[in-house]
Amino acid sequence: MKNTALTTTHELLGAKMVPFAGYNMPVSYEGVNAEHETVRNGVGVFDVSHMGEFLISGPNALDLIQRVTSNDASKLTIGRAQYSCLPNETGGIVDDLIVYRIKDDQYLLVVNASNIDKDWAHIAAYNKEFNADIRNISEGYSLLAIQGPKAVEAMQSLTSIDLSTIKFYHFEVADFAGIDHVIISATGYTGSGGFEIYCKNEEVKQIWDKVFEAGAEFGIKPIGLAARDTLRLEMGYCLYGNDIDDTTSPFEAGLGWITKFTKDFVNSEALEKEKKHGPERKLVAFELNERGIPRHGYDIVDGNGKTIGTVTSGTMSPSMGTGIGLGYVLTVFSEYGSKIQIQIRKKAIPATVVKLPFYKAK
Amino acid sequence: MNIPAELKYTKDHEWVKIDGDIATVGITDFAQGELGDIVYVEVDTLDETLDREAIFGTVEAVKTVSDLFSPLSGEIVEFNESLEDEPEQVNTDPYGAGWMVKIKLSDSSEIDDLLSAEAYKEIIGG
Repeated sequence: MKNTALTTTHELLGAKMVPFAGYNMPVSYEGVNAEHETVRNGVGVFDVSHMGEFLISGPNALDLIQRVTSNDASKLTIGRAQYSCLPNETGGIVDDLIVYRIKDDQYLLVVNASNIDKDWAHIAAYNKEFNADIRNISEGYSLLAIQGPKAVEAMQSLTSIDLSTIKFYHFEVADFAGIDHVIISATGYTGSGGFEIYCKNEEVKQIWDKVFEAGAEFGIKPIGLAARDTLRLEMGYCLYGNDIDDTTSPFEAGLGWITKFTKDFVNSEALEKEKKHGPERKLVAFELNERGIPRHGYDIVDGNGKTIGTVTSGTMSPSMGTGIGLGYVLTVFSEYGSKIQIQIRKKAIPATVVKLPFYKAK
Repeated sequence: MNIPAELKYTKDHEWVKIDGDIATVGITDFAQGELGDIVYVEVDTLDETLDREAIFGTVEAVKTVSDLFSPLSGEIVEFNESLEDEPEQVNTDPYGAGWMVKIKLSDSSEIDDLLSAEAYKEIIGG
C-alpha cells in the first residue's frame, strides 16, 4: 500500500482511510453529505496525489500524443488543457485523461491512478515509432484539488497572478503558497469551479497548510473520495472502471465530443465506422421517480421486466435528495424522457432518462 | 467507540435490547460509522415472522447498501417510522432514536447465543 505525502496529515485530521488504486486514501472526514455541501457552496480541498502524471517532451511529443489520444491535441496552445481518452485497439478505452501543453514541445498527461502501469505500457509501445522523451513522474508529484464557488477568492492571497482570469481548462505555471513553478489549473471533477494544483511531493505539505490558513475565513475543509464521487456523479462525469473501461467505446459513453477524426489515432478507422452506424448501447443519465438508490451492477429493465442494460454508477444525490445514476441501455431506450426501471433487489423502481448535468449550479 | 454494556450484540453489528419477549434492534455505533451517512432504512417485513439471521430489511448509505439480519427468531411487530423522515438518527443516536425494529420472540433461548458487549468489542478490534 502506497501513501501520499499527506497520508499522516489526513490521519491526524481523523479521516477514514481506505485502500484505493493501491494508495491509502481519505474517503471521508466529517461525512460525505457535509463534505459534498462544502464543495457545492463553499470551498474544499482534495488530496488526489494518487493520480498519475506522464511528461512527454521532444520534437515528436505532439505526434505521439495525437496517435494515442482521441481528441485533437494540435488545438492546444501553451497554457491550455484538454480532456481526452486513450482508445484501445479493440473498440474500448484504455483510460481517460487530461493533456496539458506546458511548453512548445512538452506536454503533461494526467491519468487515473488505477491505470498508471497499463497506460504507461500502452503509450511506451506506441512511442517506439515516435521516440519522444516520456517520463512517468507520478511518484514524485502531488495533486491538490481546491474546489468550490469560493475557491478563487479564498486562494487569491497565495499567488501573485490574478486567479479570476484563468479560464476553465486553462492553467498557469506560477508561484503559489510560497512555492515557485506550481501548475495552477482551472480544472476539476466537481462542477463547482476551482483549481487543481500540481507540485512536488516535498512541497505539498507547505501548500496544504497555507491553503488551510488562507481558506480558514471561507470555511475551507478537507474533502474525501466519497464526496468526490457524489460530486462528479451529479455532473455526470465518467469514472473509469465504472462508466468507461476497456470494453466501452467513446461513442457508447457519450465521449464523441472528444473523439476527433481530424487525424489518425489508435483504432480511429473502426471508431469512425461506429460513429456512422451509431452504437447499439449508450450511456445514459437517469433519475429515479420513486425512493431508491441505484448502484453499480444493478440491472436496468423495461416495463416487462426484460433486461435492457446495467447501472454503472449510482448514488443518492446529496444536492437533490433523489436517486441518480449512469448506465448503459440499448440505444432505443436512450432518448431523454425515456421511461426505464432500475431493478433494486426485489423491486423494479421507475426512472426517467434525463439530460446532464443532474446538478445545475445556482 | 460506544458499546453500551447493558445491550447484547451480533457479529453482523446489530445491538439487541431484551424487554420480556420483545427485542428492540438497531445497528451499532461501529456499523453506522463504517456505513457513513445513512439515507434510508427499508423494512418490508413488518408483521412477518422471520427465522434467526433472515434479512429483515436494508440500510442504504450514500456509498453503500447493507442487509439487516434478524438477530433472533420472531415476528417483526414494529418499525421505527421516524426513520422514514430522519434516517440520519441512525448516525447520530444509533442506540436510541436510531432503533430500527421490535421483534416478538418465538424462542427466547436464542438470547443466550447473543454476544456480550465485551465479546462484541473483541470482534471489532476495539
